[in-house]
Amino acid sequence: MTEKKKEVLLQIKGLRIEGYSDDKWTEIVHGVDLTLHRGEVMGLIGESGAGKSTIGLAAMGFARDGCRISGGSVEFDGMELTTTPERDRRALRGSRIAYVAQSAAASFNPAHRLIDQHTETPTHYRIMKRMESQEDAMQLYERLRLPNPQEIGFRYPHQVSGGQLQRAMTAMAMACRPDLIIFDEPTTALDVTTQIEVLLAIRDIVEQFNTAAIYITHDLAVVAQMADTIKVLLKGNEVEESDTRSMLANPREDYTKSLWAVRSFQRDQKTRPTGDVAPVVSVQNVDAAYGKTKVLDNVSFDIHAGMTVAVVGESGSGKSTTARCITGLLPPTKGKVLFKGEELPASYKSRSKEQLRQAQMIYQMADTALNPKVRICDIIGRPAQFYSGLKGGELKSRVDELLDMIELEPSKYYYRYPTELSGGQKQRIGIARALAANPTFIICDEVTSALDQLVAEGILKLLDRLQKELNLAYMFITHDLATVRSIADEVVVMKQGQVVEQGPKDEMFTPPHHPYTDLLLSSVPEMDPDWLSRVVDERGVDNIGEAADTSA
Amino acid sequence: MGDVLDIIVKRLALGAVTLLVISIIIFGMVELLPGDVAQAILGQGATAENLAALRARLGLGDPAIVRYFDWLGGAVLGDFGRSAVTDTPVGDLIGPRFANTLFLACYAAVIAVPLAITLGVIVALLRNTIFDRVANVATLTAISSPEFFLGYILILYLSVKTGYFPAIAKLSSDMTFLDLLHRTFLPALTMVLVVVAHMMRMTRAAIINLLASPYIEMARVKGMPAWKVIVKHALPNAWAPIINVIALNLAYLITGVVLVEFVFVYPGIGQLLVDSVTKRDFPIVQACCLIFAATFILLNLAADVLSILTNPRLRHKK
Amino acid sequence: MNYFVIGYYALLIGASCLAAFYGKKSAFLLLFSLTLVSFIVGIIGGETWLWNITIAAGVIALCAGTAYAFREFLVIVTPYETSKALAKAPLTASFGLFVIMTYLIAGVFAPVIAPFGEAEVISQSYAPADENMLMGADQLGRDLFSRLVYGARNTVGLAFIATTLAFLAGTIAGLLAATRGGWFDQAMGRLADVIMSIPSLIFALLMLSIFGTNLSVLVIIVAIIYSPRVFRLTRAVAGNIVVMDYIEAARLRGEGMWYLVRKEILPNSTAPLIAEFGLEFCFVFLLIAGLSFLGLGIQPPTADWGSMVRDNATLISFGEITPLIPAAAIALLTVAVNFVVDWMLYRSSGLKE
Repeated sequence: MTEKKKEVLLQIKGLRIEGYSDDKWTEIVHGVDLTLHRGEVMGLIGESGAGKSTIGLAAMGFARDGCRISGGSVEFDGMELTTTPERDRRALRGSRIAYVAQSAAASFNPAHRLIDQHTETPTHYRIMKRMESQEDAMQLYERLRLPNPQEIGFRYPHQVSGGQLQRAMTAMAMACRPDLIIFDEPTTALDVTTQIEVLLAIRDIVEQFNTAAIYITHDLAVVAQMADTIKVLLKGNEVEESDTRSMLANPREDYTKSLWAVRSFQRDQKTRPTGDVAPVVSVQNVDAAYGKTKVLDNVSFDIHAGMTVAVVGESGSGKSTTARCITGLLPPTKGKVLFKGEELPASYKSRSKEQLRQAQMIYQMADTALNPKVRICDIIGRPAQFYSGLKGGELKSRVDELLDMIELEPSKYYYRYPTELSGGQKQRIGIARALAANPTFIICDEVTSALDQLVAEGILKLLDRLQKELNLAYMFITHDLATVRSIADEVVVMKQGQVVEQGPKDEMFTPPHHPYTDLLLSSVPEMDPDWLSRVVDERGVDNIGEAADTSA
Repeated sequence: MGDVLDIIVKRLALGAVTLLVISIIIFGMVELLPGDVAQAILGQGATAENLAALRARLGLGDPAIVRYFDWLGGAVLGDFGRSAVTDTPVGDLIGPRFANTLFLACYAAVIAVPLAITLGVIVALLRNTIFDRVANVATLTAISSPEFFLGYILILYLSVKTGYFPAIAKLSSDMTFLDLLHRTFLPALTMVLVVVAHMMRMTRAAIINLLASPYIEMARVKGMPAWKVIVKHALPNAWAPIINVIALNLAYLITGVVLVEFVFVYPGIGQLLVDSVTKRDFPIVQACCLIFAATFILLNLAADVLSILTNPRLRHKK
Repeated sequence: MNYFVIGYYALLIGASCLAAFYGKKSAFLLLFSLTLVSFIVGIIGGETWLWNITIAAGVIALCAGTAYAFREFLVIVTPYETSKALAKAPLTASFGLFVIMTYLIAGVFAPVIAPFGEAEVISQSYAPADENMLMGADQLGRDLFSRLVYGARNTVGLAFIATTLAFLAGTIAGLLAATRGGWFDQAMGRLADVIMSIPSLIFALLMLSIFGTNLSVLVIIVAIIYSPRVFRLTRAVAGNIVVMDYIEAARLRGEGMWYLVRKEILPNSTAPLIAEFGLEFCFVFLLIAGLSFLGLGIQPPTADWGSMVRDNATLISFGEITPLIPAAAIALLTVAVNFVVDWMLYRSSGLKE
């Protein structure tokens, strides 16, 4: 990519952006430089709050309500956007710089058909006539491998699936053949098997039209497939920038290295105890339904003491529903749940205090899992008080002990409220609350997916240590296979309410196995720039993602 | 379209059931009276003959169920029985007065609805400016004031001190239409003030809510000019909230009219209701209540049906 | 043209220029718009209207000044957390607080403040104001000012009791519906729908005609009419909290419903519920005032603002503002409460707008 000398398309110098909150302006981007050549794809990567999206929009000379560009320059193809009148800047948007938003479902206007929204910009700028643009849209749809390209444009957004909408939005961005497209986390909300289709479609079309792009994401493996160069951001500052291959092979800064290191955590795999030991939890032939819709179909698996069973699958596969059946929030319509060989009552309401104490739960969103109006000491103290009847000094020393266990300084956090803590700290409090009951079994529902990678790793290590110390059994619900690799002993793969395959982890990661497991595993992006091309070669362009899924 | 029809039919059925339940409440409430209706109307000093005569006239001999269906059957055909006090048919009393009330409500609506929506949109576009804040304070003040306060202020300034408009909205049969508009201007204006304030606030909130949605941002980053963003992207999605705002306020116009009619001595159904409550003339009270409740429910029903019809998600099913 | 008109425009235009010069955009826009409006109004209505505008501006300035001073006073006397919130409060909110406090004092200390009893006839009917009577006498020769002060106790007190009753009934039902769900939730929802589909004033009139107009009946009727509104709001607020994971965690722990409501749900719904109480109070207050105005609410000789308006209404045709005074008292309190509620809603919604 770098062999021929290229023309500079976008030049950002010392960009500063302020955001309005608590009645004052605070700087959120502190002087970022960025140079983008024609036809080049740059990946902007960073954790939440790094200012990626804000910088992406600023490249269009656009600031969201409540944000303003306070310094620096944005020069697009020789035009200084920070001083250009709004009218001229607006004329660039859509025609020469286009934007693809994170949630296509929310960003398409529900009141108009896709094709009407597609043709809006070209006809507004009189680049194309309505019919021409419509023809062109169909061709773009075809190039993006949308099903029924002749017809799909005439549907309303709610009639089209998420992955298809995201591609339709990419087509819409292409409508005027812009010089630059900003992709703002276009695949974050999608399942892996859908993500791979969209990634491929985006990569191909950007290449075909030689469009320059800024690709914003928090996922290193994704950006490795898409970008020529990568820029790493942290809290509104640039950390480093280099071309993709050298960045992956040889990160310079400590922060960047730490991002890479996350994926390296892995612990030894444990095996089931030999002999006739009853598993801690045994799910046997469970069916469940929401109203009349059946969501679980004959689900069975065992979890043994001291072991971690990862339940993986895409959204709607029934992972969380299985957890709800085990906890008794959703009584199964058929089958039973055994705890240490004893059958549990179907509903949590009829379980004894002792049965409830043994199984605890840690949630995905620490924000909604902790009551914002209750102090930390009461959040953690309540289960101890409720189950063990601890009071006064005893209770306090128990809470201190628990805070020590989760590596938070007791004297500092004892009287705080959850809102004063960071995401990772909140998740630790959630763990402490579960531990306070002295459980033997904990359900971890996507506990790391809302966290930034570094923090997530800390949580995984903590959970691992606690498991060893307290001989806990974990049921680990996740859609992230990297997490599965690092801590699972056994894996259960679910799809549409059924268990597709289960077994020890090392077997699951070595072929051969069920086609769906295969598809799921191979669709997870890897930290290798050639991964996407390799998968395409293996599976063939038309057999990627959803198409492969239905043929399987 | 099948789905939409289904939803609408269900909504209409729900409306009919609600109306039925309300008719039972209105009828049943009177049955709760200590003693009976005749006793309540004539008071403690009534003689036995008078009571018996009134009971016979009101048909109190039959069981409540029979009387309820008689009453409901008559009401559907516009026959609400006879006044317990004057013995005139209730329908004759209510008919012309209901027409007057409807006229006043329409008069106010014709002025208020376009004015309020325009102002609401303008204020939404000027949000967080000084005009927005002034409008906020002004509308809050208007909706906080009782109708009779606004009414008397208008009478004082536009009638007593300046003589532009008559303070009392007397109607006679030989008036020209312009005369009519002139005479009823002050009561109409009072209602307009309250309704405009309400509608402005609601329209503003609806529009601002809409402008925060991601597809509006998308339209803006697609380079669409401000007017096109509003007209093409915001408005088609704004119908449902706006229809609801209008319906809610029209319902207010019809029912909240009681106090305004009282202030301006306007011969509408509201004044009749207040008079009848004082005289404890139950057939009239029941009839008025049923009419008000029915109007209220019908307007809400119409709003719901229209919102369903304008919802693209429901109109074009999967 | 006289000196007043010249001075009027000179002041406005001068002030606009100053505002523009010092870059005060909002102030300039406001002043200059007022100038333009004054041109039009002045041409149509003449000098008297300009006088009216001047008086109105003066009154508003006075209110703003009071509000500003009161806010600074509150910031100093209240503890840290509260004063931090108050320091950012808009003037309208502190004006509202000031008015509410004044009414509260008037209501509580009515017998001390009022120079005469509420039913005491001391003069001829409609006697004009003199050194004895601040605002003159009413249709029976009772002191208007004293009755106004007692009205703060009677009218506001009654509305407060009715609101509290409606609020308690609505909140308890709403919390129960949200936590229990199932048929109870369904049944309460339907009931609320039916009651709310009868216009409130009409429903009140119907019930008053049947049960007669005494105070306890009035309070119960108002509570029945307005509790469905509270129920709906509480149900919605609690419904959003009930789906939170921390509630699920507490349920799975085996906690009882009373604990859930008291420790987990209520602490998170106080802000919207307090705001709703304010709004509800306005509705109830206006309804009771309206009923009294129609002669169907609080009965004589108890001093009450709604019936005072009605009793003195004839004076309006002589250009007297007497009936407007109790009406203004009603409006002022509702406005004040609405101002405070508006601020609280804005605060709890964060910076959404």
